[in-house]
Amino acid sequence: MAMAEPAAIRTVSEVLNAGRPARAGVSRSYWAGVRRRLARDRVTIVCAAILFVILAAAIFAPYVTWADPYKTSMIRRLLPPGSPNHILGTDELGRDMFTRLVYGGRISLFTGFMPVFVATVIGGTLGVLAGYLGGRSNMLIMRVMDVFYAFPSVLLAVAISGALGAGLVNGLVAMSLVFIAPVARVSETVATQVRNEDFVEAARATGARTWRILIEHILPNVLGPILIYASSLISVAIVLASGLSFLGLGVSPPNADWGLMLNTLRQSIYVAPVNAILPGVMIFVTSMCFNLMSDGLRAAMDVR
Amino acid sequence: MTLAVVPENPRLPVSADPRDRGGPMQPMLLVEDLKKHFPIKGSLFSPSRAVVKAVDGVSFEVAKGETLGIVGESGCGKSTTARLLMHLIQPDAGTIVFDGDPVGVVRGIPVDELQRNMQMVFQDSYASLNPRLPIADSIAFGPKSHGLPKSEARERARDLLGMVGLNPRLFAERYPHELSGGQRQRVNIARALAMHPRLVILDESVSALDKSVEAQVLNLLVSLKDRLSLTYLFISHDLNVVQYVSDRVMVMYLGRVAEIGPVERLYEAPQHPYTRALLSSRPSMDPRRRVSVPPLSGDPPNPVNPPSGCRFRTRCPLAEAVCAEIEPPLAALPAFPAHKVACHAVAAASGHSGTAVPV
Repeated sequence: MAMAEPAAIRTVSEVLNAGRPARAGVSRSYWAGVRRRLARDRVTIVCAAILFVILAAAIFAPYVTWADPYKTSMIRRLLPPGSPNHILGTDELGRDMFTRLVYGGRISLFTGFMPVFVATVIGGTLGVLAGYLGGRSNMLIMRVMDVFYAFPSVLLAVAISGALGAGLVNGLVAMSLVFIAPVARVSETVATQVRNEDFVEAARATGARTWRILIEHILPNVLGPILIYASSLISVAIVLASGLSFLGLGVSPPNADWGLMLNTLRQSIYVAPVNAILPGVMIFVTSMCFNLMSDGLRAAMDVR
Repeated sequence: MTLAVVPENPRLPVSADPRDRGGPMQPMLLVEDLKKHFPIKGSLFSPSRAVVKAVDGVSFEVAKGETLGIVGESGCGKSTTARLLMHLIQPDAGTIVFDGDPVGVVRGIPVDELQRNMQMVFQDSYASLNPRLPIADSIAFGPKSHGLPKSEARERARDLLGMVGLNPRLFAERYPHELSGGQRQRVNIARALAMHPRLVILDESVSALDKSVEAQVLNLLVSLKDRLSLTYLFISHDLNVVQYVSDRVMVMYLGRVAEIGPVERLYEAPQHPYTRALLSSRPSMDPRRRVSVPPLSGDPPNPVNPPSGCRFRTRCPLAEAVCAEIEPPLAALPAFPAHKVACHAVAAASGHSGTAVPV
């Protein structure tokens, strides 16, 4: 059985790509595969599109709305959706619902992203370290996380922001603290799995430093699952932030925020049920889209 | 079977070795009384005292340029020995001397220096490659983390790919899942060679490949050994493969060395009853040599509580009272000093009723 000399064989792609850089079109990278699978997933694409519209509207709020979100009007209170000039009606103080929903997205989406981002950076680092180092470091980090875990997340967020005082920033701090523990736990689990793989042993066998192994071998293999988990937390964060606002601990009136709007419109639920439900619908749609999208991401990335 | 002949490359090391420190007579690797006992995890309040004696006092040496085969049943401590040598797990006791330099002691060579000189190829060709890295990056990782600039490390990776018979133009940027098992194992070999090691531990490296690919990879290993003047530690449970590649063979049983000797000698005149059982358990192509009685039955005893005295006595056809009392030392045969056996039935004046086979 003779194996020909490699330099002598010239494949079709080699001949065609002669003179070009060596990459030569053979590489179907992992991320290219993920992108291809995502493109086929219709649910994920629709969800991403909806989220994109909501996000874009929130960012460019002054350009897509025509009313002042803070301008009240006693004679135009609780107009039903479809009224002239107020396509989604008005709230209990006569402010335009559509405008306030768009502006409310600014704070609600921000309070959804920010705590998750902070918690992913901190919790992810802690968890990956705990998982890779194992032993006592793992024990120390994960037992501290367990203390946070002992409290229901809503209760913990309420307690922390209650202790820090009401306000947007304190609410964000409270929610970041709440999310650190679950992110750390997921990261620890994934990192522990990866750490026991042969390729990590092989990397250690080269005598490379720990941080190098963490960055080049562990991180690329744990990032996917951690990001998927984090994206599913965004919806929880939006709901939680709305809950804090609802309890008067997050955003304070007259700022527009979906949770706060839900709170203040609650009293009008018998008079104008549709208006009262609208902020809830926004919360529901947004968090649902984040959830479905993270499901789609997981499916697309979960291939070996 | 001929192999790919890649033109000599000036960037890769060639025969005469400037890294030699101890002289040609100094063994590449000297291992003495290596021990690893894994504690069995107890709970917080009742710490367990039980330990698994995975490797329990193993001593051997590997001469420069030779291939030492290590055989034994699953769980006999072959792979643990390999990981201990690589310092992937820390030995509990024992000394390792690499080319005259004791490892990990003052005035010896540090562990990372040892790891540069000694590399390992694992059994599972897929699990031992990072699925998120193109294979050239996997190969380049080691040299890069030892300070070689990225471009040079990648250049070395491409050279090595050519050396193991994979065209770098086609394979360098591929991911592990795009390769076959044999190709992946070639990549793993290239990765081990990237550190310019002098000793390569092959831990069941060809066992998972199918037979024709196994033969190709074996021949590649043999030719690389000559070209790069490597020393191999070849761990396998496949006695035929070990016979093919090894100069000397070491038989392990339950964390200890049962027998060690030159390959022809060990395969023709095995002394230890365990070695004989192993060798007669090989499948034969000759129908006249068909056996109906299994040479050895049952599983090895639990390494948590190994039998007293000789560890093999519970399955040994020659076991006597003395075997339960005294642990047989690994002793050279008087007539054949290179051949060492740990068995009372072979040693003179051991108290055993007779030497079973004439030496």
